[in-house]
Amino acid sequence: MAKEQSEIRYLTPPSVDVKKKKYCRFKKSGIRYIDYKDPEFLKKFLNEQGKILPRRITGTSLKFQRRVAQAVKRARHLALLPYVTDLMK
Amino acid sequence: MNHYETVFILTPVLSDVQMKETVDKFTSLLKEEGAVIVNEENWGLRKLAYSIDKKSTGFYQLVEFDADPTVIAKLEKQFRRDERVIRFLTFRQEKYAAIYAEKRRGLKSTKEVKEN
Repeated sequence: MAKEQSEIRYLTPPSVDVKKKKYCRFKKSGIRYIDYKDPEFLKKFLNEQGKILPRRITGTSLKFQRRVAQAVKRARHLALLPYVTDLMK
Repeated sequence: MNHYETVFILTPVLSDVQMKETVDKFTSLLKEEGAVIVNEENWGLRKLAYSIDKKSTGFYQLVEFDADPTVIAKLEKQFRRDERVIRFLTFRQEKYAAIYAEKRRGLKSTKEVKEN
């Protein structure tokens, strides 16, 4: 059985993308405070529907992910950012 | 005396005079309560990301001040009573927020110097 598996030849070798080391952009650039008043910066952490991106994609550390979420929710309260939208970017 | 920062949105229906009057109403209320107003910014008419009670634009006003915690309850009660204010958010600036606000103020004044 194992024999057949190795028989499978892929036309193109399955490219396992090399694991890009994710880093927390706040620690690296030394940003201390995330301002809820400038939506442009916060948009980097939202997807097209305006939802907050998870840490596994943005790679931010837990401490700063909470601050980003807090800032985004405040911006949404003040209508600087939409709660839900389509194709925001 | 903590550092606070409050942003509130006024309905766009107001004329400029009324809008200025409401802003002065709140700033004078703060002064009466013994708060020290550090900075005031008027972002003017801005488009809201979603409509708030059927309005899609609003006048944004930011006020940064130092006050006792008791003042905040009074301020927010006034906000709730005034029907011209459609949304408000008061926020206590912790250490890094205060540092950031100072830097931002410095940045803004230099920008203004460049403009005029």
